[in-house]
Amino acid sequence: MPDSPHMNRREFVTVVTVAVGTAIGAVVGLPAIGYILTPAVKVQESEAWVPIGPLANFPVGVPTLISFVRSKVNGWEKTANSYGVFVIRGEGDQIKTLSNVCTHLSCRVNWDDASQQFKCPCHDAAFDINGGIIHGPQPRPLDEYEFKIEEGNLLIHFVEG
Amino acid sequence: MFRKIFAWLDERLGLTTIYEVTLDRKVPKVNWFFTLGSASLFLFVLQGVTGMLLTIYYVPSPDHAYDSIQYIMNGVTFGWLVRGIHHWGASLMVLVVFFHMLRTFYFAAYKYPREFTWVTGVVLLLATLGMGFTGYLLPWNQKAYWATTVGTAIAGSVPFIGKFIEQVLRGGSDLSAVTLARFFSAHIWWLPAILAAMIGLHLYMVIRLGISAVPTEED
Repeated sequence: MPDSPHMNRREFVTVVTVAVGTAIGAVVGLPAIGYILTPAVKVQESEAWVPIGPLANFPVGVPTLISFVRSKVNGWEKTANSYGVFVIRGEGDQIKTLSNVCTHLSCRVNWDDASQQFKCPCHDAAFDINGGIIHGPQPRPLDEYEFKIEEGNLLIHFVEG
Repeated sequence: MFRKIFAWLDERLGLTTIYEVTLDRKVPKVNWFFTLGSASLFLFVLQGVTGMLLTIYYVPSPDHAYDSIQYIMNGVTFGWLVRGIHHWGASLMVLVVFFHMLRTFYFAAYKYPREFTWVTGVVLLLATLGMGFTGYLLPWNQKAYWATTVGTAIAGSVPFIGKFIEQVLRGGSDLSAVTLARFFSAHIWWLPAILAAMIGLHLYMVIRLGISAVPTEED
């Protein structure tokens, strides 16, 4: 029936096939997007005051690296991540607590006593004793931790997520 | 516009020819039982897609297998749905493939010139059962552990070489991390590779030889 205004059998089958196929694809495909993205979307926030040690432990004028461990649950396991903080004690009770994570691409910086600089082993970034940029590809100075002193002990404010 | 793009592609890829040969081919008057093969193919693709999704989180190690599945079920958005489809789809696939075989047998569709299509179908049925057997261990729960203990022990009852087969299946004398790793490997690489290759051959022959008609009383 070439002149029929109605859909012919062949067209009907095509439409139904495409419709059912799309429905099945959506039932599997749409949930799959949420399924894949879950760990990226459900980022857990955590914050805590982490004790770093008695103030007397930190010599004046020399950055001291202190490591601390924070654990968190990732999916099906608990991961212990290690972090580093440089404590720089100046004259009087002037204190700075710098993260040892390079602001370029997250390598860990080291204190170089000879040149009096924080140096990143990955891409030659250099920071001064206050974390300021000397040279290199880093976009900003080293990050600082908020800190407080309680009964002679230094605590830093660790925030994540 | 789209017509022009399609014409350009068609001239180079022969899309119309592929469509005519694979989907627009002549078939005899048949019934719904003749859709079981397509249903099997659909389930194979569905199991493939959901299986690939599951490997994003599943870890085939005794330390993490069970916990990673708990995470899929409770922590991941729609994880229960993806695993549910894979779980029930597996049982359904075994059923559908089996009915597909019964249809072929009762309608005598395995006869000349389709004997080799039947042979590849036998391999496909066995590989499908192998997928069920290997997949059953992966949750690494009590049911999985003991089902595989029993399943491999059945293989061990073969005269003379049984013990050897059992140890090859288990990767040692007992179920262990080695067993889980090799079942996982078989489940996601070896058996799917065999299935894909055999489905290719199977479909090539279906298209080349055409499908058989429903037998009449004279046959």
